[in-house]
Amino acid sequence: MVKPILLVLALLSGLLAPAAAAGAPQAPSPEIAKHIADVASSDAAVQEAAAVALGRTGDRHVLPLLEALREGSVYVRTLAGGAKETVIVGDKITEGDRTLVPVFSAYGRMAQAGPDGKPLLIELAALTDVPAGRSLRLVLRPLIDAFSGQSDLSNADPAARRGAATKMGNVGDASALPVLDGALAKERDRWVRFALEEAVALIRLRTGGDAERVAAAQTLGRLRSVDALERLREVAADAQAPTALTLAARDAVKRVERWALLTQAIEVGFQGLSLSSILLLMALGLAIIFGLMGVINMAHGELMALGAYATFLMQGWFATYFPARFDYYFLVALPFAFLVAGAAGFVLERGVIRFLYGRPLETLLLTWGVSLIIQQGLRVWFGAANVDVTAPRWLSGGIPVMIGVQLPYNRLFILALAAVCVSAMYVLLFRTDAGLRVRAVTQNRGMASCLGVRARWVDAGTFALGAGLAGLAGCALTQIGNVGPELGQNYIVDSFMVVVTGGVGKLLGSILAAVGIGGLNKIIEPSLGAVFGKVLILVLVILFIQRRPSGLFAAKGRYADS
Amino acid sequence: MRTLERRGLLAAAVVLVVVLPALNALPAGFPLRLSDFTLNLFGKFLAYAVLALGIDLIWGYTGVLSLGHGVFFGLGAYAMGMHLMLEIGTQGVYGNVLPDFMVWNRVTELPLFWTPFYSAVFTLLAVIAVPALVASIFGYLTFRSRIRGVYFSIITQALALSSWLMFNRNAMNLGGTNGLSGFKRVFGFTLNSAATQRGLYVATALCLCGAYVLCRWITRSPAGRVLVAIRDSETRVLFAGYSPAAFKLFVFVVSAGLAGVAGALYVPQVGIITPAKIGVLPSIEMIIWVAVGGRGTLLGPVVGAVGVNWLQSVLTTNYPDLWLFVLGGLFVAVVLFFPDGVVGTAEKLLVRVRSLSLTAAPHPDPLPKGERGVSP
Repeated sequence: MVKPILLVLALLSGLLAPAAAAGAPQAPSPEIAKHIADVASSDAAVQEAAAVALGRTGDRHVLPLLEALREGSVYVRTLAGGAKETVIVGDKITEGDRTLVPVFSAYGRMAQAGPDGKPLLIELAALTDVPAGRSLRLVLRPLIDAFSGQSDLSNADPAARRGAATKMGNVGDASALPVLDGALAKERDRWVRFALEEAVALIRLRTGGDAERVAAAQTLGRLRSVDALERLREVAADAQAPTALTLAARDAVKRVERWALLTQAIEVGFQGLSLSSILLLMALGLAIIFGLMGVINMAHGELMALGAYATFLMQGWFATYFPARFDYYFLVALPFAFLVAGAAGFVLERGVIRFLYGRPLETLLLTWGVSLIIQQGLRVWFGAANVDVTAPRWLSGGIPVMIGVQLPYNRLFILALAAVCVSAMYVLLFRTDAGLRVRAVTQNRGMASCLGVRARWVDAGTFALGAGLAGLAGCALTQIGNVGPELGQNYIVDSFMVVVTGGVGKLLGSILAAVGIGGLNKIIEPSLGAVFGKVLILVLVILFIQRRPSGLFAAKGRYADS
Repeated sequence: MRTLERRGLLAAAVVLVVVLPALNALPAGFPLRLSDFTLNLFGKFLAYAVLALGIDLIWGYTGVLSLGHGVFFGLGAYAMGMHLMLEIGTQGVYGNVLPDFMVWNRVTELPLFWTPFYSAVFTLLAVIAVPALVASIFGYLTFRSRIRGVYFSIITQALALSSWLMFNRNAMNLGGTNGLSGFKRVFGFTLNSAATQRGLYVATALCLCGAYVLCRWITRSPAGRVLVAIRDSETRVLFAGYSPAAFKLFVFVVSAGLAGVAGALYVPQVGIITPAKIGVLPSIEMIIWVAVGGRGTLLGPVVGAVGVNWLQSVLTTNYPDLWLFVLGGLFVAVVLFFPDGVVGTAEKLLVRVRSLSLTAAPHPDPLPKGERGVSP
């Protein structure tokens, strides 16, 4: 038991040792020391060569010197023995008629202590300044960029590493290549490796020799780099480029374009699935209320808005009382939204809807009236403008599944939420006693009551459940859309279409209808536009109902025609 | 009784068609004078009343709740609006033969479907024919496949939503979100004169009387009996050998035509038509006029349309935040407490009072139980 721990400790210390050494720089290697001295040369050519050489070392302790060179705060100090030392000076301090500056070492920018132990202050006039001409500054810029890119490339966050690699690929020149190659050798993350390879190939394509450019074009084609497509097209169309290069670029363009088509198809598929899951989440509550109870709940959209505003409130409370745990507000908001909307649904059912069973058109009008009241209430209470709901950090970003395709976490979350809700509903309705009672009341209210089912409470419970599901849907919607008083109006007609197409009270029907309508919407949208897409869907639904007047799965038997 | 009712209606018609415009025509400063604004407002309400009569025909009598009548209203209104746009001629802001919004959208040629609207006769026909045509196609498809009850309501609501989306598009060449406005003349008369507006008011009132007579004739005919029977039990009507789909289609088309007429009367008086009049919300608001007034009566929709809209214009000017609460409350209250509406409730009270005082023969219930009769 002890041995492995010791082993781990040993490994850890081995890992930590160089890091500790890097923290406090020792004396520079003789080679670097020579370059540091040369940087202060009065000969511009020597100076530039030394700066480039310093940049090539990749030693991050030389970065302060390069930056200082660009700013013009590098000076030469003549030591007591006549030896010269390159130093970096800090901000000037005026003391009487003397101008004093703190002095730092050129390697690692360490503060130098004077004889009294305090930071060393030297009169500026005693130092010789190192001029940095325009050409030197031009040389310095990419070096410094490479350094900052390099530090980003060693960031712990893979997303930051990817970003740095992509940026270097877009703007860097040949000097960035060794840095990228070095990072590539160490990198383990697949996506960062991809970005690094892409960056290297992009730079080679831009700056390399003919053979290198051909190879780079081929690499980009192999990588299916969508980012490089523009550049590859330019190369392919360049009449002055060698034939081999043009051919390679053309080939690469073809490969990338074919890949782009595939990724687009996958993206459309995912968007369709995502829209379907949203529709399903909204339609689920409606379907339960409409299907099991025969009540058209026009206030469903407003119950969703209630859920969304409950999320907004929860966010505010977390920001005020638990700012450190802010990211978890959404997990608390989900059940809270369910409860708020469910409670509203319960009140609605007990208050008014129970008087109207068997009068579907009247419940439709009544719930529409309720929806107007809730909507206006939200508008008066929270204001007519949209409120701001911030996504928790764990829901922003996405998983890159393949080159050029990233699945956003929030959409995946909604997909999962819809799946969980549907499964939960299935279990509840078909595998529990409560569900049995609900189905009994749905089929024959009178007989169920005779057998001891408290039909009134079943009604209220079912309605509250459907309303709670609307609240959940509203809570989920805060992550992908605006939260305003009209939130519900935007989706309500669509979700009704799902219920109508799916058939009354059929979970499977609702699922298939949601997938069908959502998917179709996203497939039609790119070619016809959102408006005609919607109109076409309406026409299709009407035509579909021609064949199946009661939806995909019609209720059979005695209560089919009431 | 009959003659009394008839006399009352005749008196109301005379007041609407003759007395009110006459009061408006009085010289300024006269004590009883009706202002131009009030008359214009009233004209708008009466146009709504024509629409409400149509809705009552399909909902109150036949039991089919259409949530898409805003579309038919809009079609009539846009047909009229297109003619009025063309009548502006070169007097628009850009001085172009084309309507201003087309110049703005860089349309260089009048779209083909606009050209027939130069003709006033065609426009007057289109005002009825276009909504009727759309209604007959839509109704044929839905009624034939026995889509009924809430299914029909939801499908019509989707119709309203998609029409609204379509009319909002600039590519439709119907003015997009801003709709059609800036009219100058109607059939050669300057719109901006009190006399023209009075004439439009009289035309609206006459149309309302005509619509009333038409609806009365339909509902009192044998076909009207079938409509009520469909409302009360469609399946029984079917088994009795009638085709409910044909009757429903007929009523739906008549109702859409009335809505189109209402739209055409609305546009010159209000001076603008936008897609906002077509959408889901206005379509369902039209239902509440009928519900408040009393469905299944012919007087109800007229009373409801005028009353609710009058309330709306008072409330939105004085308490803008309150109107939607009141509207929502109206929906709830009418459904829960006054399913017969103002006129229906009044009639019932009247019958009760009369039977108490005269102990006359039991009067038939003026409003058969409606869909409540077919509880599942």
